[in-house]
Amino acid sequence: MSNYRIQGATGEWEVVIGLEVHAQVTSHSKLFSGASTAFGAEPNSQVSLVDAAMPGMLPVPNRECIRQAVRTGMAIDAQINTWSQFDRKNYFYADLPQGYQISQLYHPIVGEGQLLIEADEKAGIPEDKIIGIERIHVEQDAGKLMHDQHPTMSYVDLNRSGVALMEIVSRPDMASPAEAGAYVRKLRAILRYVGSCDGNMEEGSMRADVNVSVRRPGDELGTRTETKNVNSVRFVMQAIEHEAMRQVDVLEAGGAIVQETRLFDPGTGTTRTMRSKEDAHDYRYFPDPDLLPLVLEEDFLADCRASLPELPDAKRKRYVEVLGLTPYNARELTAEVETFARFETLLAETAKTIGKDESAVATQVANWALSVAPGVVKALGDEADLANATAAAQASILAMADKGEISGGQAKEIFEIVLKTGRDPAEIADAEGLKQVSDTGAIEAAVDAIIAANADKVEQYRGGKEALFGFFVGQTMKAMQGKANPGVVNALLKDKLG
Amino acid sequence: MTDLTQLGVKDIRDGVRSGAFTAREVAEGFNAAVAEAAVLNAFIVTTPDHALAAADKVDAARAAGAELGAMAGVPIGMKDLFATNGVQTTAASHILEGFTPRYESTVSQKLWDAGAGMLGKLNLDQFAMGSSNETSYFGNVTSPWKKAGSNAAMSPGGSSGGSSTAVAARIAPAATGTDTGGSIRQPAAFTGICGIKPTYGRCSRWGIVAFASSLDQAGPMARSVEDCAIMLGAMAGFDPKDATSLQMDVPDWEAALNADLRGKKVGIPREYRMEGTDQAILDSWEQGKAWLRDAGAEIVDVSLPHTKYALPAYYIVAPAEASSNLARYDGVRYGLRDLPDGSGLQDMYAATRAAGFGDEVKRRILIGTYVLSAGFYDAYYTQAQKVRALVARDFERAFQECDVILAPTTPTASFPLGSMNEDPLTMYLNDVFAVPASLAGLPAMSVPAMLNEHGLPLGLQLVGRPFDEQGVLNAGLAIQQRAGFTAKPEKWW
Repeated sequence: MSNYRIQGATGEWEVVIGLEVHAQVTSHSKLFSGASTAFGAEPNSQVSLVDAAMPGMLPVPNRECIRQAVRTGMAIDAQINTWSQFDRKNYFYADLPQGYQISQLYHPIVGEGQLLIEADEKAGIPEDKIIGIERIHVEQDAGKLMHDQHPTMSYVDLNRSGVALMEIVSRPDMASPAEAGAYVRKLRAILRYVGSCDGNMEEGSMRADVNVSVRRPGDELGTRTETKNVNSVRFVMQAIEHEAMRQVDVLEAGGAIVQETRLFDPGTGTTRTMRSKEDAHDYRYFPDPDLLPLVLEEDFLADCRASLPELPDAKRKRYVEVLGLTPYNARELTAEVETFARFETLLAETAKTIGKDESAVATQVANWALSVAPGVVKALGDEADLANATAAAQASILAMADKGEISGGQAKEIFEIVLKTGRDPAEIADAEGLKQVSDTGAIEAAVDAIIAANADKVEQYRGGKEALFGFFVGQTMKAMQGKANPGVVNALLKDKLG
Repeated sequence: MTDLTQLGVKDIRDGVRSGAFTAREVAEGFNAAVAEAAVLNAFIVTTPDHALAAADKVDAARAAGAELGAMAGVPIGMKDLFATNGVQTTAASHILEGFTPRYESTVSQKLWDAGAGMLGKLNLDQFAMGSSNETSYFGNVTSPWKKAGSNAAMSPGGSSGGSSTAVAARIAPAATGTDTGGSIRQPAAFTGICGIKPTYGRCSRWGIVAFASSLDQAGPMARSVEDCAIMLGAMAGFDPKDATSLQMDVPDWEAALNADLRGKKVGIPREYRMEGTDQAILDSWEQGKAWLRDAGAEIVDVSLPHTKYALPAYYIVAPAEASSNLARYDGVRYGLRDLPDGSGLQDMYAATRAAGFGDEVKRRILIGTYVLSAGFYDAYYTQAQKVRALVARDFERAFQECDVILAPTTPTASFPLGSMNEDPLTMYLNDVFAVPASLAGLPAMSVPAMLNEHGLPLGLQLVGRPFDEQGVLNAGLAIQQRAGFTAKPEKWW
């Protein structure tokens, strides 16, 4: 249970949150036409006759969009409805050429599913939590009005008109802004793993309608408001925080919450009324007579299933159980597609270079990928050319470290030079003298000399002052100019000090 | 030399193929006939150059020894509901006046590909809404027929009234029609010609201005069953651009025409004996039975128990779809825009649609909007869809007992223009026999049977199983051969 509570003047309040996430389906063409979906094109350059709703034009479903919605449904363990239907949502607006949006009200393509958000003490999520997903349906996006092109008129850009969206509707299962944030992040990760949406919130590929209500702990659900088109995780959390506080203030002042649609203002972090229930449209939904019911065949479903990649939860589990990573590292590495992709490439390359199983080198690679390498890159700043950080180069460094040829510090130094110059790591190690000495003879000589020069300390150590061991290591390393293999130094010292 | 304008599709095609005359001669003949008949107001625009260009192409192809298409050399009228590239397409409305598409409807393209040419865009009831052709923004079409002893202008039926008039008046050998609830069959019956609405999905709806998407079907109107079979063959076929298009091969209907009905059962639906049906219509129905029996068929009684609910259900489903289909005519992207000074978007919508739509169109948009609105949807739309399913089931059951159904096409013959305008419901009742087959998506045809006591044509309707256009055409042919309907309107224009 979330322990998030709002402390009002009259006591504690719980928050109840449900999210409707609109995710643009990754596909080259629109939901019902062949026009391109690429972002950032010249206004009205990606508009087919269908998108502009010319007389007599008809929608034909784009199989790829349907496929992506089904794969997304499968990725959240949802019921896939093999019989679904498109409905028309009727309303007039200048960005809606048909005068209706083709959507799915009565029979969505994806039914009940769920998503796991992981415990994150720091973020205020004490334990793992399952968030219910009520449905996913596919629908057309609208065009865009441009109000800044002409002093008295508005222009319309129909490039987005007809682009496929998935509307992913959660149950009102979230109880804090943190949980809502975690839900959106996790959903985004799943969409990106599956490849059904690029998750790019800045370009509007993903946006959320946020439903919020408050109640006394244990009470019935309160009246909710819906805040439209919130387009970042941070804004979702802000909108909830503000809206919940506002509702508490209203209720504690003796007022009532009005069911209404609100707008979020990212500038102030506040929400304001857009339209009340009385102004709500009557959308006159009815099944689109231009389209037959969508019937999914078994083969199609099997193809969709077979094409699913390993998903975040399964991957995280495997990282812990098979690769032996810490839960923290596993979570960090699986959070983003790019992160795990880089990690898995480097892991494979390193295992191959060293000649060991992946599980034998995974911890080393994970530490490198999560902390060592990013540290070096960050310290270098603009000097780092990330193109030089190839998997082969990094694997070569990790292999030298694994064999004891270089120390951890040398590994960082070599990587720094690699980032700056793109030179070969082995060559750098040789040429720059960045190798540690594992030659027992040379180290033994140094050790002998130090023992001879510090007879008093040797006496004390042997007398039980074991903390002095570090002193001997330090002296030896200093004598070797830091290039002695610490393992060899330790072993020799242990041996000679008795 | 024969008057080429008296010829139908088959005779023109065969004559052009054999070299008896050229396609250009045919096109010139019809262009002249069209020009002479302007008073009938059958065309909204004429396109003589289109007809000539198509004819010249056919003549050149023949000269080069190339194979000629099924409609080669046949100039036709195109109902102005089909988008025609570079030619104004209005749906007989003010809101689309001057709208010239840059695309060609699938059906018209198929006809051009088969060698047909276009005489012009035919007048119709506005957005195909009407049964008398009196709702066109461009004025009503006048039927070439006259009631005996009267000079009153008669209705050519609707909505394909321009098509029926043009074909009956011999100013086009054939024309396209569209049928949502009788718009091919009723005007065909009123003007003594043939018209077939194929199974829903046979002809692509792509590029046809939509009225009610789940009902709209294109079909041919011509003066013989053979001509309809030929032209339908050129119009039909799967179209990936229409999601409701039938993915089926198009049979060679012309080749398989056969008026021998031995072994076939013809169903007579007892619920079609309705009050208010003219005695002459009932007599023609009896005569039709006798003709089909004579062709070898067995006549059986069948029941279509939900018939009386079909018309009310149709007047919910069709306006509901229309109210949504016509939302795109909003003044934003094309067509009429009425933007009063200082007005905003909502004012522009209101002004544009108030000025751009006629009364009947507005009436149906209002009905459709009402039946879909919250609180009424289940009582009207959902209920009408249930009725629709029951009507379809009635036909399914009837077709277990018969192969084709014979019924009147209309309850009355043509009426004088203006005589039915008092009450829209009376007008709607004219489609009472036509609507059930539309709701069920079945192939249905009207063929001329005889003239009534006032010298006006009466049609008989044949309804078939899904995809059995052949059965409908064959029964139609059997009637055609026995009816020997050769009457034609006396030329007064």
